[in-house]
Amino acid sequence: MGTIRVTNLGKAYKQYPNRWSRLSEWLLPFRGSSHSLNWVLQDINFRVDPGEAVGIIGINGAGKSTLLKLITGTAQPTTGEAHIAGRVAAMLELGMGFHPDFTGRQNVFMAGQLLGLSVEEIAGLMLEIEAFAQIGEYIDQPVRVYSSGMQVRLAFSVATAVRPDILIVDEALAVGDAAFQRKCFRRIENFREKGTTLLFVTHDVETVKKLCAKALFLHRGRVEAFGPAKIVCDAYEKSLFGGNNVSQKLTEHKTEPAVDPSLMNSCELTYGDGRAVIETIWLESSEDRAANVFGSSDSIILKYRVRFIESVTGIAFAFMIKTKDGVALFGMDTAHVPEVQKRTFEAGSTVMARFELRNAFAPGTYYLNCGVRDDYGDPPVFLHRRVDAVLFRVRADEKTSVKSGLINTPANFVVEDV
Amino acid sequence: MIKLGILNVIWNYRGFILSSVKREFQTMYSNSLLGAAWTVLNPLAMIFIYTVIFSQLMRAKVEGIDSAFAYSIYLCAGILTWGFFSEIITRAQNVFLQHANLIKKISFPRICLPIVVVLNAGVNFTIIFSLFTVFLILSGNFPGWVFLAIFPLLLVQIIFSIALGIIIGILNVFFRDVGQFFNIFLQFWFWLTPIVYSGTVLPENIRSLLVFNPMAALIVAYQGILLRREWPQWETLLPLVLISVVLCAVGIRLFLKRAGEMVDEL
Repeated sequence: MGTIRVTNLGKAYKQYPNRWSRLSEWLLPFRGSSHSLNWVLQDINFRVDPGEAVGIIGINGAGKSTLLKLITGTAQPTTGEAHIAGRVAAMLELGMGFHPDFTGRQNVFMAGQLLGLSVEEIAGLMLEIEAFAQIGEYIDQPVRVYSSGMQVRLAFSVATAVRPDILIVDEALAVGDAAFQRKCFRRIENFREKGTTLLFVTHDVETVKKLCAKALFLHRGRVEAFGPAKIVCDAYEKSLFGGNNVSQKLTEHKTEPAVDPSLMNSCELTYGDGRAVIETIWLESSEDRAANVFGSSDSIILKYRVRFIESVTGIAFAFMIKTKDGVALFGMDTAHVPEVQKRTFEAGSTVMARFELRNAFAPGTYYLNCGVRDDYGDPPVFLHRRVDAVLFRVRADEKTSVKSGLINTPANFVVEDV
Repeated sequence: MIKLGILNVIWNYRGFILSSVKREFQTMYSNSLLGAAWTVLNPLAMIFIYTVIFSQLMRAKVEGIDSAFAYSIYLCAGILTWGFFSEIITRAQNVFLQHANLIKKISFPRICLPIVVVLNAGVNFTIIFSLFTVFLILSGNFPGWVFLAIFPLLLVQIIFSIALGIIIGILNVFFRDVGQFFNIFLQFWFWLTPIVYSGTVLPENIRSLLVFNPMAALIVAYQGILLRREWPQWETLLPLVLISVVLCAVGIRLFLKRAGEMVDEL
């Protein structure tokens, strides 16, 4: 119970050159096929043992959802087969096919029956489903008035009302709010302890690492990597952020292990009124030593070069460090520094701002914003701001004391007999 | 073997099928004030219109019978059963498109959907036909034991309509023209069947063509039972039975072959 075995699985969609060619193919089979095959999945082979948790990661369009559809039997494979043993609860996309005109309660019965429960069983579970979904009186309203979050709440509550042998969860959960997500993960963890096999699709590698022992990295319809979650997730992140435009500055100073070229950013956002330009931003671990990987309690030196297009007075240099979820962790600026505030920066001049801080972040990947701000404006305006301009990673080492959370602070523990 | 498998699957999902029927019936009228009364009002309006136009204005007569209700009974015998037939077909041709949301997200035997269609249409037909039967009894026109012959006829009709409906429904997923075309075709089919008029008014050479319309023999049989209290001439229904069997075989084959591809197309 709870095994998933996928062998040589492949899925291709038929593409016809025009509307009539399908008809001619049906009516005149002897003339051969006129369609071409568009392969979205090819040569997929893997096996999930009972009780294992496997995360499926990959960029949009890599074939993750198609793979789940083939495994659950919603879509038919073109080649190979997906064999599953045990009762499956699958949450593919939003709302598991809820009928918009039926009430939440009616949909619960319908979905429950499709999952193989009897009316009496569902009636018995109804209170618990309602309690878990927490959508209040909406349960008796038609699903078309639900928000997407409510649909997911209800769908997850039904799908997991009875512990399945195999639980398959698509990205759907991402729609729920944080509190509900936490609740879902608690339930998933609970199922896992009791031996449910989990197949989980997400973009969030941290969740995969936390929840799954193994991961499957899909790239353009093929298995790029399958194995221990940590290794596969790293491979995925590398391909995700692995731009070709590795900065010159960084490669020149490349010294192990301070610089990881995979930490390049392709999602920078910049704006400003154009009175100044932040030309380059880089990090150093000690003077003149470029780095983007830091150990716990290393120094992080942030430098950026600013060229002024117009003469300005009363500005501040600022930066902010965020997690990839956008949680602001640490920001500072020079608004309190008189020699910056009072100084006039001449048009055409170039300066370098330098911040130094002691690393107190937990291991993980972080994003950095830099800006030059005019504080006389109301509201203050940015002369130039670069958001998510630089990524850096904090690695775990002997000084890492944090087990959960976002910051790392030196900590000791003793147990004393009293 | 395959057919047994299908029956088995249907049995396993009977809970889902029955509650789908119930819910669909409820929601059809849940936002209307008169509710299920509309099931009755619709055909009633049609019967009224046809009776006025054909029997009063155009003086259509049913030969050999001189009862006040003769034409109305003649009309109901054809129009109610035809309504049952066309409801199954028109709903079945859209059933897969309509439930695309469900089909794409949940793995369940798709064959349940046409079954739900038949049962739903059956509920509507039962309501209206029961009322019609009550009317027959009250007006003293109940045909007696001959009435029982209606049930085997209905059975053949259901098999014929759902087999045809499934085929049209599957084709409609791949070629949307099929549904559009069939709606027009159904209009012609209705008027080419002696429902509002009597077959005897047709010229001899055209009347002989009616044997090629499998629904004509069936409707004539219903009219015979309800109006003339005659047992059907069973041999005239043989073509319909044969066509139904063939359509069933074609429908099941088409379904098994294309069900997988259908999901990709929705």
